[in-house]
Amino acid sequence: MKQKPLLEVRDLSKYFPISSPFQLSRHKVMNKAVNGVSFTLQEGETLGLVGESGCGKSTVGRTILKLYPPTSGEIIFENEDITHHSSRQMKPLRKKMQIIFQDPYSSLNPRHTVGEIIGAPFRIFGTEKGKTVKSLVQELMERVGLNPEHFNRYPHEFSGGQRQRIGIARALATRPKFIVCDEPVSALDVSIQAQVINLLDDLKRDFGLSYIFIAHNLSVVQHISDRVAVMYLGKIVELAPTTELYTNSHHPYTRALLSAIPIPDPVLERSREQIVLSGDLPSPSNPPQGCVFSSRCWKAQAQCFSEEPQLLKIGKSEVACHFPE
Amino acid sequence: MIALAILLAVSFAVYVIFSFLPFDPAALTCGKNCNNPAIIEANRVRLGYDKPFWEQYLIFISGLFLGRTYGEGAALIVCPAPSLGYSFQEHACVTSSIAEALPVTISLAVGALVCWLLLGVSLGILAARFRGRIADVGSTFFVLIGTSLPTFLTGLLLLVFVVIKWRLLPYPSGSYTPLTENPLEWLNTMILPWITLAFAYAALYTRFVRNAVLETLSEDFIRTARGKGLSEKVILRKHTLRAALAPLVTMAGLDFAGLLGGAILTEAVFNLPGLGRLSLGAVRDFDLPIIVATTILAAAIVVLMNLIVDIIYAFIDPRVRVR
Amino acid sequence: MTLLQVEDLHVSFPTIDGLVKAVDGVSFEVNRGETLAIVGESGSGKTVTNLALMNLLPQRASRITGHAFLNSRQGEIDLVNLPETQAQQVRGLNIAMIFQDPMSALHPYFTIGDQIVEAHQAHNAVSKEESRQRAIELLELVGISEAKARLNSYPHQFSGGMRQRVLIAMALMNDPELLIADEPTTALDVTVQAQILRLLRELQKELHMAIILITHDLGVVAGAADRVNVMYAGKIVESADVNEIYARPLAPYTHELLASIPRPDIQKEERLHAIGGQPPSLLKLPPGCAFAPRCDFSSRVAGGKQVCLSTMPDLTERRNNHWVRCHLTGDTL
Repeated sequence: MKQKPLLEVRDLSKYFPISSPFQLSRHKVMNKAVNGVSFTLQEGETLGLVGESGCGKSTVGRTILKLYPPTSGEIIFENEDITHHSSRQMKPLRKKMQIIFQDPYSSLNPRHTVGEIIGAPFRIFGTEKGKTVKSLVQELMERVGLNPEHFNRYPHEFSGGQRQRIGIARALATRPKFIVCDEPVSALDVSIQAQVINLLDDLKRDFGLSYIFIAHNLSVVQHISDRVAVMYLGKIVELAPTTELYTNSHHPYTRALLSAIPIPDPVLERSREQIVLSGDLPSPSNPPQGCVFSSRCWKAQAQCFSEEPQLLKIGKSEVACHFPE
Repeated sequence: MIALAILLAVSFAVYVIFSFLPFDPAALTCGKNCNNPAIIEANRVRLGYDKPFWEQYLIFISGLFLGRTYGEGAALIVCPAPSLGYSFQEHACVTSSIAEALPVTISLAVGALVCWLLLGVSLGILAARFRGRIADVGSTFFVLIGTSLPTFLTGLLLLVFVVIKWRLLPYPSGSYTPLTENPLEWLNTMILPWITLAFAYAALYTRFVRNAVLETLSEDFIRTARGKGLSEKVILRKHTLRAALAPLVTMAGLDFAGLLGGAILTEAVFNLPGLGRLSLGAVRDFDLPIIVATTILAAAIVVLMNLIVDIIYAFIDPRVRVR
Repeated sequence: MTLLQVEDLHVSFPTIDGLVKAVDGVSFEVNRGETLAIVGESGSGKTVTNLALMNLLPQRASRITGHAFLNSRQGEIDLVNLPETQAQQVRGLNIAMIFQDPMSALHPYFTIGDQIVEAHQAHNAVSKEESRQRAIELLELVGISEAKARLNSYPHQFSGGMRQRVLIAMALMNDPELLIADEPTTALDVTVQAQILRLLRELQKELHMAIILITHDLGVVAGAADRVNVMYAGKIVESADVNEIYARPLAPYTHELLASIPRPDIQKEERLHAIGGQPPSLLKLPPGCAFAPRCDFSSRVAGGKQVCLSTMPDLTERRNNHWVRCHLTGDTL
């Protein structure tokens, strides 16, 4: 019997108005950052969300957490439709859904000590009986690999990787069910990235977490995710189990993306065939008619320019393409 | 569009405020020590103070375009458009009083602007260029003194030393010679007030320019310019200044607008018959029409300057232009 | 043909907390038509090395010793011992540099035509029209269509990838002999990165230019470099031909770095191989090898970790033109 998903997103859209002081027309120009995205997240699963700048992946993550009010569509968390929940209604749910941000240098308040940062959720939601905030904070610090003696220090006294651990500890404080990781390792040195990814893996096992892992580094996503969704210009173009995606992708964009990842092996890297995309990303306020990828696709035909492809099942993957590979 | 709406709103607000002040405007028209009720009543009717305030406001607005007449027959007073009212203290239409005072204030403001921009910008650039060295430290002293000394003190000090002690310039006569009449005399009258105002503002601008230049120098595009092999001079002049200039324009525009409304203290010290002295006198004597008019004029100048500054900004920064 | 010879370069910054030796005795060579990749993480000194070559470090805040001999068209020039006026002549003419973040590297208030022409005018006494013509040529060379019209566009009207192309075109205006590219694709999307790297490869073949490519991305290095220098805490720890270094990394740091990259083409393992510890603080370096505190291989050294921490190993040649700075001997890890 199939388990009910932890999170279900149906046809989610988020548009941002592009304001212009001289705009007199009633037709507001909209940045269609997320344009009809649907997927599910099972409990204990890591869903990777990849794409390049402007694809909308970060916006999806934040909209799911209601950090942005959705423009249309539905968000269903643990069988509850939270799409139109007010902030008061969202408050008890916020314990169960958390976020880790990309930039460890700007996402921590420089005037708060580490103890205050990690302890903030306890002050909002209360602590377990008999335990002090300090002891809980120190427990968490140890769990993420920080020295618990340092809880009185300020963020600037830590390195980038350590600051990211602080962010992770804060997200874990309320024992959430799922965490949106918004590019958690992109700003870190390569040698530290591996440490943080391993930590996230361990925590997932120990705390029974589910992740939505947003990144532009496909190699990192492949390592940590169970399923991966590839986004382009606000839409999901392919959604598949990880191994399936990396060995047998169907959408031309996925192929191009995978082919663009440089392989750290000079012999392989210089001898392989690379698909190099031409042209530039279209403006998100004016996406192409029909398939969003049509303007840069080498296989595009008449149908692609007029009819938008739906996400259809092909084997274990879901692909939105009229002529999948 | 928005500017016009703001102007209307401000003028209305001023009118409302003054309408609800706890004294009788008609009584004020015949001077402080007047107690002839007949004159007061006559003036009330003549000036329209007996009408409800919103009607007064509409008459005021129409007066701006059509001119206004007060009373009739022998007591007829005509103030041609744009009419801002009639002042009994001055025995003149407000518009003409302002028209007399305006050139003085304009000369003062423009001259001061030029002086403080020249001084402030060059010192600021020097301080940034030679950061940490003598020029920078020296400029810090200048900034400190300039911002601490109130304008009337600077003015008085200048008067005491330059005019009285050293006799370099004639004592301010209280009258104003336009540039067109006698340039030398105009210069003699204006130079000390210019220095007084410029001193205070230049200090502020030195600091501001220094910081703006330093901040710009750390930008990536300056590094690119250096990488091209451009000389430091060109980088400073062309690349840095243009970038640091944009916020400067906004500041200068607003400060200039403020001065145009009347540099009250400086005009008082140097006895210049500008808008500042006019407003000050009006407040002292409860000359309502003038107070109302100068307030609205000051607001109008600020709104106008804002518009001008926005346009200039679009010239400097292409990202702001609409397309 | 050796174009650039760097000898014993030291760059240090006196700070309140002590002397920071950002570059601590670095020597290397670059040949014409060759791409040298300098790999390292934050604090390795890779960027500072190149800023020193271009004379772009703040004069009063840095101490530079050593030599960097450039075999230029105008004869031999010692880059790090030049007075500023001469350095300005070299910058943009013999050596050009492109930086990491294309979004902020162009002046927002001037058209790209102005900025590119300026680069040419600074070193050539020709008419503006001639410079514009050359600008159009180069913009077309780097793949910007409608180049003539684009000259009047402003930087904010271009995407990140296109801005980087503009910067490359600008760098090439004066036919530089050496191009220093500091993380040119780090801020770009991976598909755009592929385009830019391919472009640089083609340009190098056509113009026979030498390129110093600074990066932390070992995938990029594999595709673009002929030789690789790996830096750690201000020193070169390994230097070899690109195929050599990937097949046989001899410095523990290089080995660990290669092992910790997630590879999409290799089967997924349970845990990523991570390097323990933190990147070094340049103020608190041990007297010996800077990587020693994080090194898993130090137990194999005769004398153990103690030796690694207390004595600085020399850069020695182990195999053919493959140099390593490590106490471990032998030609495999």
